Amino acid sequence: MKVTQVSSLDQYLKDDMTIMVGGFLGVGTPEKLISRIVKKGYKNITLICNDTAFIGKGAGKLIEHHLVKKAIVSHIGTNPETGRQMISNEIEVNLVPQGTLAEKVRAGGVGLGGILTATGIGTEVQKGKTVVEVEGKEYILEAPLRADLALIFASVADEKGNLIYYGSTRNFNPIMAMAADTVFVEAKEIVPVGALNPSEIVTPHILVDYIVKGE
Amino acid sequence: MSEKEIIARRIAKEIKDGDVVNLGIGLPTMVADYVSSNIDVVFHSENGFIGLDKVAKPEEEVEYYVNAGAQPITIKDDAAFFDSAMSFGIIRGGHVDITVLGGLQVDEKGNLANYMVPGKMVPGMGGAMDLVSGAKKVIVAMTHTAKGMPKILKECNLPLTGRGVVDMIVTELAVLEMTKDGLTLTEIHKDTTKEDVLAAIEADVNVADFLKTFG
Repeated sequence: MKVTQVSSLDQYLKDDMTIMVGGFLGVGTPEKLISRIVKKGYKNITLICNDTAFIGKGAGKLIEHHLVKKAIVSHIGTNPETGRQMISNEIEVNLVPQGTLAEKVRAGGVGLGGILTATGIGTEVQKGKTVVEVEGKEYILEAPLRADLALIFASVADEKGNLIYYGSTRNFNPIMAMAADTVFVEAKEIVPVGALNPSEIVTPHILVDYIVKGE
Repeated sequence: MSEKEIIARRIAKEIKDGDVVNLGIGLPTMVADYVSSNIDVVFHSENGFIGLDKVAKPEEEVEYYVNAGAQPITIKDDAAFFDSAMSFGIIRGGHVDITVLGGLQVDEKGNLANYMVPGKMVPGMGGAMDLVSGAKKVIVAMTHTAKGMPKILKECNLPLTGRGVVDMIVTELAVLEMTKDGLTLTEIHKDTTKEDVLAAIEADVNVADFLKTFG
């Protein structure tokens, strides 16, 4: 039975873990799962997320409680605490172009050894990376990303873990659900198996380990 | 009319029927307010959809319809949602006709700096590097100077968002376009002079034979 209580997350939590968190500025983020990590207080987390949202919201809660050692994100501008911790060297921030971040996560989840992208050529993003020329055009080789744990939001899950996402809550959730050893879903609504239209399911249940009811 | 309104109105004229357009946060977002209602424009939102309509009135808000600035919005009847990998696949893959972004500096080689000021403002590039790399036409919307200092330079000294990516610059005083001969002044605001515009540009620019006016 995949449907469980939020306390089931505890057995997968540890210091120094790498976690992926779905969401874009906190929209489509599993707030209850993040709050559980904050409550438990695990430290030195490597966070992979689009952004660090806002103080008090989404992945921003992990930052403000000083649980994150390294953030791999595309944007921190909406959370002044991330910038403050970065400037005072309390946290390492690895800024990645958003499309590159999405493809690194996707690569990690679909068994690719990396991706080639022209995004960032001639910028600081290129520094220290291999540049590959294909048919006369330069691309940066970007390595895949994986995590110990993915914290995913879904609008509706069935009891087996088939997921659908409403509107702009989808963002990084489907690709992160493929790129971690253990996948926890916080679903706004949980329905019996068979209640979802199989043609409209975005994330198939084989990718999901646990489902928690959200608020 | 404010400087921002002058810029947004002029850029709106670049948008044609059927164009797929991505507008950055802030001033670029204002462009949508001035696009002719007689044409069908598809607005792409990097957090994962096409068919963005307008900022939602309080009674229209739906929690999972938000733009890339996390503002509640309304969507058009033909809107479609997708994940972040698809969203940036659309951007990098050349399926976006026009992107409008803000700028801190642009130089005569078409380089753009708009995502950080080291030690002062380090919000991250978000989707900007992918947009300038993949969109067919890159329009920079920015004030002509910052505290009296030119922003159109011989060479950018801030970290670049993209190298050789700018197609057009629109300020409250002028329109400059990248042509085969290099950066070229093609239009000036009706209340200014060519001499005043050029005095506030550091870059070596060409001047079109027939200088148009706008505003």
